[in-house]
Amino acid sequence: MPLTTSAANPLIRWSYFTEQWDRIQEALLQHIQLTLLAVAAGFVISAGLAFLGLRYRWSIGPITLFAATLYTIPSVAFFGVLVNYLGLGLLTALIPLTAFTILILVTNILDGFNAVPAPVREAADGMGLTPTQRLFTVEIPIAVPYMINGLRIATVTTVGLVTVAAIIGYGGLGRLILDGLRRTFWTPLTIGASLSILLALLFDLLFFLLGAKLTPWAKRKQTL
Amino acid sequence: MTTSTPAIRLRGVTKRFPGSSEDAVSDLDLDVEQGSIVVLVGPSGCGKTTTLRMINRLIEPTSGTIEIEGQDVAALPTTQLRRGIGYVIQQVGLFPHRTIEANIATVPRTLGWDKGRIRARVEELVDVVGIDRHMLTRYPDELSGGQQQRVGVARALAADPPVLLMDEPFGAVDPIVRTRLQDELLELQSRVHKTIVLVTHDLDEAVKIADRIVLLNVGGVVEQYASPDQLLRQPASEFVASFVGEDRSMRRLNLSTVADLPYHHGPVVEVGASPAQARSAMEDEGSEWLGLTDGACFLGWVEGTEVVDGRRLGDLHRFLPAAQVRPDSSLRNAMEVILNSRTTVAVIDDDGAFGGVVTLERIRRALAAPAADDATSPEGALPDAANAGTAAADPATGHGR
Repeated sequence: MPLTTSAANPLIRWSYFTEQWDRIQEALLQHIQLTLLAVAAGFVISAGLAFLGLRYRWSIGPITLFAATLYTIPSVAFFGVLVNYLGLGLLTALIPLTAFTILILVTNILDGFNAVPAPVREAADGMGLTPTQRLFTVEIPIAVPYMINGLRIATVTTVGLVTVAAIIGYGGLGRLILDGLRRTFWTPLTIGASLSILLALLFDLLFFLLGAKLTPWAKRKQTL
Repeated sequence: MTTSTPAIRLRGVTKRFPGSSEDAVSDLDLDVEQGSIVVLVGPSGCGKTTTLRMINRLIEPTSGTIEIEGQDVAALPTTQLRRGIGYVIQQVGLFPHRTIEANIATVPRTLGWDKGRIRARVEELVDVVGIDRHMLTRYPDELSGGQQQRVGVARALAADPPVLLMDEPFGAVDPIVRTRLQDELLELQSRVHKTIVLVTHDLDEAVKIADRIVLLNVGGVVEQYASPDQLLRQPASEFVASFVGEDRSMRRLNLSTVADLPYHHGPVVEVGASPAQARSAMEDEGSEWLGLTDGACFLGWVEGTEVVDGRRLGDLHRFLPAAQVRPDSSLRNAMEVILNSRTTVAVIDDDGAFGGVVTLERIRRALAAPAADDATSPEGALPDAANAGTAAADPATGHGR
């Protein structure tokens, strides 16, 4: 059925906001929740993998290959297959979303540690810092801008991907979009898509501000 | 100074890196005297940096012992050892995410000093190395290369370690800044009296800075361990001679000052002297010029052909300004002044008073003079035996030496 605008089916019908506010709010909150949970879980896993990679350099290749393979799985198929094993639930939505963040996060975290200049490491060792002191007072702080950069990209990507999870009933704003498509009704589709875009931009801005706050020393290198 | 316990003592230190069939450093013995600057110099691959890094155990020796003030470094935990040794590297390695103040405070913080003490120490150090206090809140990226290196030195000195290790500390800055940093290091050393081991590939830097130079050959073999002057004057081997190069005499000129030369009065007489006396003074020197003094004051040069009987010396046409050097001018500088002068002789201006003259021949003789025993004549003193006859004190100037 073709989806065309007309007087009866405009791009947006403003009364929808007041009539369906609860629904919009619920979708938005779920969208934020899914995004943050997926990125947080992805960051913890990626930090662990990056640590492994730094400890055992040979493992960086396999780790990257693993993360890249996860990233190549078509999202719709990923959600669909998992439903068969885990049913319709939060976990089924979260696992693919998390998996898709790992490639971005792990490469950025590794880049961050590789960005620590060799003379800085040598100076840290030469001044008698323990390996743990070196990690927490020198290497992690220097890697922070790269981590934040990874988080920015991962978060923005995830905001977009969450909508796909609507096919298993967990898509946040994606559910509004899907609803619009099913009923050939423009308004929820427009609202869902617009809010999703705004949410992505908002996260992007927040991470930029966080980065500027955490790394005043690198402010000249950061761009919006 | 007696050779008591050396500040740093290496005995039979050997390093062979895994997978290499050659020693990077081979059976090295070295004593570094308390409060002295020893410079390790040599071609690339001579193990100078490896040697330096074995002292603070950034590299562990394969065999041999290293002691700092009698303490075997292998017996200490590396972190504790390194907190007691200042370490400066070419690329400085300041922490980019920390302010200058926090960078300098790194080791004191690690040692758990209280905030007030750290703050006071940091402020003292920036004054010592010549960094403005308002820069303390800046980040390393906002400083020039020379400023960063000064901060690097301040950071290394923060906990007042007795020993300072410096690996090509001035290699990354431009020549003008390098010269200034070298001067500053010497000035700083005259106040703090650290035991400094410095690595460089720049022989001129070594000659300028070192109390003693270790010239290493490939494989960490010591070719010569001597004062800069002795290294240049008496190369111990073909290798040393070729390393210090054909221009070693020129390098030595930088090491000595005019004051190191024996006093030489030159073809100079009092303005009231007779023409006969004047001619005799010029003949003794083989000079075509005659200098005139009035007491301690040098009046100028007159042309030898004008000195004839019946004309008072004071009436002759005098050429001024005379080429002048000061007692603390380097011989190299003196040579330049002479070469650019009309009279091929330079007058020593000793705080306004006539202090004798310098000629090219005097400089040549000083360089060619037989070596003084290094033990009895330390920093590059020029021998004066060769000129004992002419160096007699001159009553006219009261400037006998």
